[in-house]
Amino acid sequence: MSQASAEATCHVGEERSKPRERTDAHRDPAVSTTRPAPPATDASPASSSPGTVGPAPADEPRRPLSADLGALRRRLRRQATRTRRLSQRQAARAAAAWRSSLQVRIGTITMLVAGTVVVIVSLVLFSQIRDQLLSVKELAAIDQVQTGVVYAQNEVAGIAAGDSASVRATLDRTVKQLKERGSPAGDFEVVMVYRTGDSERAPAVSQRGIYPAIPPELRADVASGGQYAQYAMVPDGSGQARPTYLVGAPVPTGAGSAERIELYYAFPLDQEAESLSLFRSTVVISGIALTLFVVGIALLVTRLVVDPVRRAAGIAQRLAEGQLEERMVVRGEDDLARLATSFNAMADSLQRQITQLESLSQLQQRFTSDVSHELRTPLTTVQMAADVLYESRADFPPHVARSAELMHTELDRFEALLTDLLEISRYDAGAAVLDWEPTDLGALVRRVAAGMSALAERHGCELTVSGPAQDVIAEVDARRVERILRNLVGNAIEHGTGQPVEITWAANRTAAAVTVRDHGVGLSAAEAQHVFDRFWRADPSRVRTVGGSGLGLSISLEDARLHGGWLQVWGQPGAGAQFRLTLPLAAGTDLTSSPLPLRPAVLRRPGGVR
Amino acid sequence: MVAVPPSAAQNGTSRGRVLVVDDDAALAEMLGIVLRREGYEPAFVSDGNRAVSAFQQTRPDIVLLDLMLPGRNGLQICQDIRTQSTVPIVMLTAKGDTLDVVQGLEAGADDYVTKPFKPVELVARVRAQLRRGETGQAESLSIGDVQIDVPAHQVTRDGVPIALTPLEFDLLVALARKPRQVFTRELLLEQVWGYRHAADTRLVNVHVQRLRAKIERDPEKPEIVLTVRGVGYKAGPP
Repeated sequence: MSQASAEATCHVGEERSKPRERTDAHRDPAVSTTRPAPPATDASPASSSPGTVGPAPADEPRRPLSADLGALRRRLRRQATRTRRLSQRQAARAAAAWRSSLQVRIGTITMLVAGTVVVIVSLVLFSQIRDQLLSVKELAAIDQVQTGVVYAQNEVAGIAAGDSASVRATLDRTVKQLKERGSPAGDFEVVMVYRTGDSERAPAVSQRGIYPAIPPELRADVASGGQYAQYAMVPDGSGQARPTYLVGAPVPTGAGSAERIELYYAFPLDQEAESLSLFRSTVVISGIALTLFVVGIALLVTRLVVDPVRRAAGIAQRLAEGQLEERMVVRGEDDLARLATSFNAMADSLQRQITQLESLSQLQQRFTSDVSHELRTPLTTVQMAADVLYESRADFPPHVARSAELMHTELDRFEALLTDLLEISRYDAGAAVLDWEPTDLGALVRRVAAGMSALAERHGCELTVSGPAQDVIAEVDARRVERILRNLVGNAIEHGTGQPVEITWAANRTAAAVTVRDHGVGLSAAEAQHVFDRFWRADPSRVRTVGGSGLGLSISLEDARLHGGWLQVWGQPGAGAQFRLTLPLAAGTDLTSSPLPLRPAVLRRPGGVR
Repeated sequence: MVAVPPSAAQNGTSRGRVLVVDDDAALAEMLGIVLRREGYEPAFVSDGNRAVSAFQQTRPDIVLLDLMLPGRNGLQICQDIRTQSTVPIVMLTAKGDTLDVVQGLEAGADDYVTKPFKPVELVARVRAQLRRGETGQAESLSIGDVQIDVPAHQVTRDGVPIALTPLEFDLLVALARKPRQVFTRELLLEQVWGYRHAADTRLVNVHVQRLRAKIERDPEKPEIVLTVRGVGYKAGPP
């Protein structure tokens, strides 16, 4: 309770100050030895002595102690792990709250800062007040002692040294008199000690128990002459030790005789301790209240700012989700109102632009379908007419027959180009629809290969298909995937210069891939970059037998993208090229990797079959 | 105006009468030329409002119907004809989007051809559609609790007859004849529609849906026509 007072250094006028001695009657109650949990084993009483390891007495079967200790260790470890995990989870939760909430951050910081300031101020205040209280007490005490010394001096002047009874009586009377004097220093007890040489009589005390409690160093100092003071724990009337301010002084006894008289005053510090304790609790409570109040204000102020920001965030999110009519409410003229106004202006602009783009896209779609219909009908008629002529060309003179042939083939080309163009414009307008269905990929690949076999034969290319034995079902639009593969295989046959064309397909848990490899003239890296561009051709002089429009790879790329897949190319001049189509097995999922490599593993002359 | 030109077939017999409903005169005429060359007897109508009456008048064996018509819409004409007859109807359309195709097929068409088309293709489809009517031996099949009497073209469940179009009937019979076999869509196109070349498999999907709607107790949980994921369809257990 009064550890604080016991710790204060005391200054006694110009006397040498004595550091207080830490009383060893105190035991720090804070540290308690943790006793290990009693082992939950059913150890029989006979094996209670620690360290008994080994065979138990034959009449009773019991577990050896090492097993018990092991079990105990395991339990403690499990408990420790559990506690650690729990605290980790709490820490993670706290960190998340810190990151996500401005209020939490500001509140915590304010609390820490305010708390620290309040604590420092209280400590300073507290120690100031305590020092002040004690120094007032000390001064009054010393004053009292000095008056007492003077009085005692008078009283003991007439002591007859030899007469112990009168000495005793004088001492007792003096002590009693001194005690009965009031004092601004409060309550006190008096002790007078009479020494002759080295022997000492029983002291005169106004209260029993004080004299033994006077520390020896004080006694020694006072005995050597001079007034000394010290704080000590001294028992009171009921025997309880209380912090006390002890002042001791020698009483001059006239001619330097062998007798010495020492006067000790003990000033209990009850009142001071009580005042200090009251003061401390007041300071603590008001400190806490003040801190909480400051934190509350900080949170309130933060709310004033955070609330509009949160509202803005909510509105922005709704805007992003497509509700273009959302706007913030503008109130007043401050910064927040300016924020709201600019936000609304931005939202207006966005809404306008998006609506514009949407209508443009709709226009484009309508144009596409209108053009589509309008162009197709006359084209159908023309193609049919050309076909009729073509079929009767044997009946025509050679130049007419040849004209019929050219017209027939070029109209085919025209039709293919028109279809491709319309398809591309659908992608551009965002009107392409993915019609996916669970499809057997192996069957699809084989079907395409079978369909292209006639073309391959015409070019003298050997077409091989290799893939896993088990069925792979992928959610794809079969029409589009077939179109892609037909385009890739057609290109490979056309550019393959008679070398074999290898189609390989494979699948892993998330994706499927098809590669089409040819060993023709190949592509350089620069050409590979452009190969998917619209109307781009590697060699413009190349003969077109496959009826390409220059849009085949662009359409294939868009088809692959529509599935969320990849279409990539590797090429090397002179070593051919490999196109790889990768598609996710489940529609709508993202691709992260492909089951087949883009670069062919072995660059070798064809002739070896995989 | 309905024009029914005299039969131009070489040996006096025509392979069938075809009603061409299209508002583009040039295309209609071209179609006529092509069809006549193949031995069919074309009849033409160019106005949607007169299509149904023309149908009743000419009694064709097959109808080629354009969707974009002045007057009555092609889909509506299709529905109207369907209420009166099970004659094969082939849609001609410039729009190839799935939505349009499905709409047309659900209105009652048996097939659709997108413009531009090759005459060879069109003729092949017409021929296949006309051929479908022929069947042969007496046989009686069953899937689940549905009985199929092939020569009588009758399908009954617990004695209650179920009305199917000839195409739907053929589809069901093809599946029922080989109960354990899984038919790919391409195979069905070949067997039921008679198309040997790669045609649009959406045809099969839509017709299976229509068949299921008529014949299954719960079309969402089919027991008669089962889907084999990624491959095609097969018949339920007999």
